[in-house]
Amino acid sequence: MIYKETGQYKSSYKSDHAIFPLLQDKIAFSTLMFVAFLIIPLIINSYWEKAILVPFLIFSLAAIGLNILTGYCGQVSLGTGGFMAVGAFSTYKIMTYFPDMNIMIIILISGLITAAVGIIFGLPSLRIKGFYLAVATLASQFFLVWLFNKVPWFYNYSDTGQITVSERTMFGVPVTGAEAPSYATYLFCLVLVVVLSFAAKNLIRSKMGRSWMAIRDMDIAAEIIGVPPLKTKLSAFAISSFYIGVAGALYFAVFLGAIEVTESFDIMTISFPVLFMIIIGGLGSMLGSFLGAAFVVTLPIGLKFLMVDMVGLSAVTAKHFEITIWGLLMIVFLIVEPHGLARLWSIAKEKLRRWPFPY
Amino acid sequence: MRIKQLLIGMTASVIAVSSYVEMAIADLKFPMLVYRTGAYAPNGIPNADGFVDYYKMINARDGGIGGEKIFHPECETGYKTQVGVECYEKNKKDAMVFQPMSTGITYQLIPKATADGVTIYSTGYGRTSAANGKVFKWVFNAPVTYWDGASIAVRHILKQNLGNIKSKKIALVYHNSAYGKEPIRTLETLAKKHGYKLMLLPVDHPGQEQKATWLKIRKARPDYVLMWGWGVMNQVAIKSAASIKFPMENFIGIWWSGSENDVLPAGQGAHGYKSLTFNAPGTDYQVHKDIKKYVHDKGEASGDGSHFGTVLYNRGLFQAMVQVEAATVAQKIHGTSKITPAMYRDGFENVNLTAKRLEELGFKDFAPPFQISCENHGGSGLAAVQQWDAKAKKWNMITEYMYGDSDVVQKLIAEDSSKYAAEQKIAERCN
Repeated sequence: MIYKETGQYKSSYKSDHAIFPLLQDKIAFSTLMFVAFLIIPLIINSYWEKAILVPFLIFSLAAIGLNILTGYCGQVSLGTGGFMAVGAFSTYKIMTYFPDMNIMIIILISGLITAAVGIIFGLPSLRIKGFYLAVATLASQFFLVWLFNKVPWFYNYSDTGQITVSERTMFGVPVTGAEAPSYATYLFCLVLVVVLSFAAKNLIRSKMGRSWMAIRDMDIAAEIIGVPPLKTKLSAFAISSFYIGVAGALYFAVFLGAIEVTESFDIMTISFPVLFMIIIGGLGSMLGSFLGAAFVVTLPIGLKFLMVDMVGLSAVTAKHFEITIWGLLMIVFLIVEPHGLARLWSIAKEKLRRWPFPY
Repeated sequence: MRIKQLLIGMTASVIAVSSYVEMAIADLKFPMLVYRTGAYAPNGIPNADGFVDYYKMINARDGGIGGEKIFHPECETGYKTQVGVECYEKNKKDAMVFQPMSTGITYQLIPKATADGVTIYSTGYGRTSAANGKVFKWVFNAPVTYWDGASIAVRHILKQNLGNIKSKKIALVYHNSAYGKEPIRTLETLAKKHGYKLMLLPVDHPGQEQKATWLKIRKARPDYVLMWGWGVMNQVAIKSAASIKFPMENFIGIWWSGSENDVLPAGQGAHGYKSLTFNAPGTDYQVHKDIKKYVHDKGEASGDGSHFGTVLYNRGLFQAMVQVEAATVAQKIHGTSKITPAMYRDGFENVNLTAKRLEELGFKDFAPPFQISCENHGGSGLAAVQQWDAKAKKWNMITEYMYGDSDVVQKLIAEDSSKYAAEQKIAERCN
């Protein structure tokens, strides 16, 4: 009875097509936005910012990007780390060439550059599918990381290959660099994530999104009914890479501030975790991208908090447990709920509708 | 029923957390970023054990520093930058000093710690130009830097060749990261000065894959091989060198590539391998006796206690000793035992470890004396060469502690730090 939809009539197409057609969803979403925009900035401290919220927002964006490609268009990609590196290094190069440019514009341009790179690496997807495509995208991961480490122009010939962000402001408040206050970096990421998520949600409901799903479900059938595979697949690669590129730019400029490409964009630190996010969260679900990112970002921290600070285990024992639990959870998830956390949420909604009457 | 239990559990945990936080405030906090897991654990474990044992010994023997107990929470980073940031943010409140034990994490933390007012001590690693205290107020990398290390290795080679290495070829096998790339510029500058040929051979993280590297060495036959390696990479490199029968006495590692863990897997093949070092191996020092008495004999050894007296364990002791000494100096300067992070930094800048002071601390002849000042955060710049005796399974010091090529190194430090100062808009201090 909590989640009751009786009596909610839709009298226009517009209200029928709303992203949140139900009143309860609208209330929940507005509350969430209210808390995210007005409450959290007041109470945020640097631990919550640097360890939990900012990484969560950035990885949500990356997960949305990968979900567009893998979840909606069915093209498996292991190149996330490489594409994020493109975003990061574009940001760095643009920052150093145009010191006066606004950081928001720099980040969006970096996204566009990543989209272009994504199109190039998406070309093989026209000929190969499934596992073979995964291997091809894996090549992009290794190639891009190698490129940014090998060619000194990308890191402005610094001795160590590290790239470091300099301070940039929005409305007079620094959002990058060490002096940036926690609320500023958080709000900066939040605005980008909210705007881009709405854009993604609407893209998915548009003609383009529907053609992605048609390709995903059966590409030959899609082609026969008039969905052009070239345009569709490449648009998925471009838009997915745009999101991942923006995530990479934020990861470098706002979150870490100094980056070494081999370490920060390693396949084990980015590509696989982001893939896990969308698998755990739910393939082909916007909500799943966020849930997956939240799960992957907070699980290690939560487990560490529980085991080290509460129970008092030593840091290393806790780490061993964490690795084991992580592996177990992956297996359990794939067996018990292969559709991810998003599916769990929709089951919960069903239950809430009938509550307190079980069936 | 279930919800009730959950609520009780949550309340209990909240209470537990608040008491945990209270406990932390009373003492001097020396947070530790360690890695006892992952590809770098073989080196991370003995080093972390050295730290913990020294802190425990000080707490047990002296009742802490000036009566203030040392609180040393461990945070496992796995050598990962992102986790390092989380650990830093978690522990930075009231923290005296961070020892990241990773060049990547050090680079990451330098701007953050400078903004937060927390001291970073990267003992013989991290950003070399941080030796310039005029620019890097909160960062210390005494007693010796990578650029010193590179030039000391070249000096050792020069000595063996009676000062002429014009026709020689030197290869650098390095961890393909900020850490491994540090010495390249120094070696290039020195190549111009001394006329040797430099060959650069990067090895990617984590360093297990070195077939191609050593094939190239076999083909190009360099006269000397230098190595900037860490973790598994060291073991694989030394094994590979032994298997291609590279003359081991011409293979010189940096001080992070010269521990027992690195040479033991290669067995007899590692005999004669050299590495630089800035502290002595062994257990014949007063500090070891104290640790045995106050920590190990009580069954409180960190880890399994098996690393006692190894190179990296001893280095951990040395690093912890400098950190504790800085607190002692700070207490003296400010006349209070309850020092703040800012007071601690003042103490660090006035550390003067003379031979006499080292003896008082139980480190007689353990490491060369050094002094830190406002301008110089890099210490003495002294390091020696040690050689592995595979039959006795023991490291032997084969040279005196020597200086690097300070003309070259100082110029490079000034260049790099002024570039950083311009980028970050830092005004020079100490003038």
